[in-house]
Amino acid sequence: MKDAFGLPQSLLVLGGTSEIALATARRLIARRTRTVWLAGRSSPDLDAAARHLRDLGAEVHTVAFDALDPETHEAVLGKVFAEGDIDMVLLAFGILGDQAHDEREPVSAVRVAQTNYTGAVSAGLVSARALQDQGHGSLVVLSSVAGERVRRGNFIYGSSKAGLDAFAQGLGDALHGTGVHVMVVRPGFVRSRMTAGLEETPLATTVQAVAAAVEQGLRRRSETVWVPGRLRVVMSALRHLPRGVFRRLPV
Amino acid sequence: MAADTVPVTGWGRTAPTTARLIRPRTYEEAAAAVRNCGVRGGIPRGLGRAYGDAAQNAGGSVLDMTGLDRIHTIDAGGGTVLCDAGVSLHRLMEVLLPLGWFVPVTPGTRFVTVGGAIGADIHGKNHHVSGSFTRHVLSLELLTADGEIHTVGHGTPLFEATAGGMGLTGVILTATIRLQPVETSLMRVATERATDLDDLMARLTATDHHHRYSVAWIDLLARGAATGRAVLTRGDHAPLESLGRRARARRDPLAFRTPRLPAAPAFLPQGLLSRTTVGLFNEFWYRKAPRARTGALQTIPAFFHPLDGVPHWNRVYGRGGFVQYQFVVGQGQEDTLRRIVNRISQRRCPSFLAVLKRFGDADPGWLSFPLPGWTLALDLPASLPGLGGFLDELDEEVAAAGGRVYLAKDSRLRPELLTAMYPRLDDFRALRAELDPRGVFMSDLARRLDL
Repeated sequence: MKDAFGLPQSLLVLGGTSEIALATARRLIARRTRTVWLAGRSSPDLDAAARHLRDLGAEVHTVAFDALDPETHEAVLGKVFAEGDIDMVLLAFGILGDQAHDEREPVSAVRVAQTNYTGAVSAGLVSARALQDQGHGSLVVLSSVAGERVRRGNFIYGSSKAGLDAFAQGLGDALHGTGVHVMVVRPGFVRSRMTAGLEETPLATTVQAVAAAVEQGLRRRSETVWVPGRLRVVMSALRHLPRGVFRRLPV
Repeated sequence: MAADTVPVTGWGRTAPTTARLIRPRTYEEAAAAVRNCGVRGGIPRGLGRAYGDAAQNAGGSVLDMTGLDRIHTIDAGGGTVLCDAGVSLHRLMEVLLPLGWFVPVTPGTRFVTVGGAIGADIHGKNHHVSGSFTRHVLSLELLTADGEIHTVGHGTPLFEATAGGMGLTGVILTATIRLQPVETSLMRVATERATDLDDLMARLTATDHHHRYSVAWIDLLARGAATGRAVLTRGDHAPLESLGRRARARRDPLAFRTPRLPAAPAFLPQGLLSRTTVGLFNEFWYRKAPRARTGALQTIPAFFHPLDGVPHWNRVYGRGGFVQYQFVVGQGQEDTLRRIVNRISQRRCPSFLAVLKRFGDADPGWLSFPLPGWTLALDLPASLPGLGGFLDELDEEVAAAGGRVYLAKDSRLRPELLTAMYPRLDDFRALRAELDPRGVFMSDLARRLDL
């Protein structure tokens, strides 16, 4: 069960090798989390992540999960929920793709969309139903500012996150009053493996900052969390820029 | 039987979860509800005054027992009452005071049910004299997981597990309670100020036993030499002759008058209770109290239940809700208490209405809270940054001193500390495993702390 500060005792991470997710898990283990399920494609990275969290004192299980195979989600996640209540699901899987390459190769562009959007739709709905049956729990969805207003420079990734973001907001409204809390997290540029080698945009942040914002959002039962918080103001201005101006911005 | 799936929280309004809310009107309906609880079980609920998640059950059933609210028999000569568990202490006072009887123990609110009072084994300002509520319960009827009704006498293992058992042994249907005789419905109150914590503890130790009721409001924002300054209020039921020439009170000495202010509005902004506002309030409250006054007459609501005058006062903390932290440390652990009070005051936690009380002997319930020693209760806004970690540190101090935190108020304790705080927890778990092998009785508190 979550405590008065929204801290979960059990955590299911979808995308178990995500750096943001692992930073969040570390933070939560330091407080209340005792059981962690890491769902992801079987890989040495996933096992290493599990070992690392185990060293922090948590009971960690790994479970084979593929975002691109939505037919299996019901069965895979069903098994996790059957083992006991999950207080928080962190939907953290996603790929950035390579914009220039993906524009030339539509098939790999579709893979970005399928991972980030359709995979999340299926996993999100399956998790939401299980949480609803429990009568409690948080579904935390890692979205991105890239989906808030899609830029020329990464519109394939951006559009997939736009879809995910809209989906998660709608799901949150659908679950309002059911005891299940859906929180959309919109980080800006996060320095991590995923963005290594990319040029930083202004208001860049770290995985630790995102993890801290998630913990605070849980405490406040927030529906939307921006990291850093100032992005909310920046993006609400950018959202209203005319296309012609936005196109010319150097971001 | 009406059943709605609704969000449920405790009085602190943190951690809402949804449950099927069932309101049985007869014992048969209650038994049927228990038998049909479903896989996620059920938990009885009274008036929802437990601060945390004790009367919530995510995804399962919550049995609202306030529909079972009959007072069956009153023995006006011997001073006992047999009533349903859904009867509130408020109702008991309304009925019993005109007959010259008072409830044996009342907490800071009279809007709790008899069932809740037993389940949380509540205490009041008279703990140093009278002990906890269940000491005055002669017997009770308990609806257990198999759907059967058992009569449970005082002193049996099942009684002691149920006293303070947070509703997890079964649904209490009725209870027979021994009452306290009174001549009037007024209290004779002595008030004095204590300049710091040591002064306060000395005064409480020296003169507590002169009064049936005793409690101290403590200013946790005062710092330096004034750390722990407090206002002590001690009282006794006023005997008839003490009413003197107060003609109105003379005419009807047992009248129960309950003034009520308008309710707190449903939506209040967060942050009303800040360091500044609470600091100002505390300063005012301390200054307004007389340095020493005896013999003042107060009504029962004014003396025992000042907050009941404002319905829904818990809303002043805003949407984020609040956490009540109450712990006890034993006699001889004054240093721990001093350390904790210092830490709270140094941290400038905006806690108004913090209360210090000296407990008498421990009570027999396996999970009963009181220990002979010192108990401090404080309210804090849940949105206070870093509060969770800070309270965890206080827990460590409390546990190391052999103390414990109060389950009826808890919404955040680390489960690992529970066995140290409640040595009879294993007996409780064993009894539950035997009595309720399928885990029919389940609450969010029980899930969180693995009770």
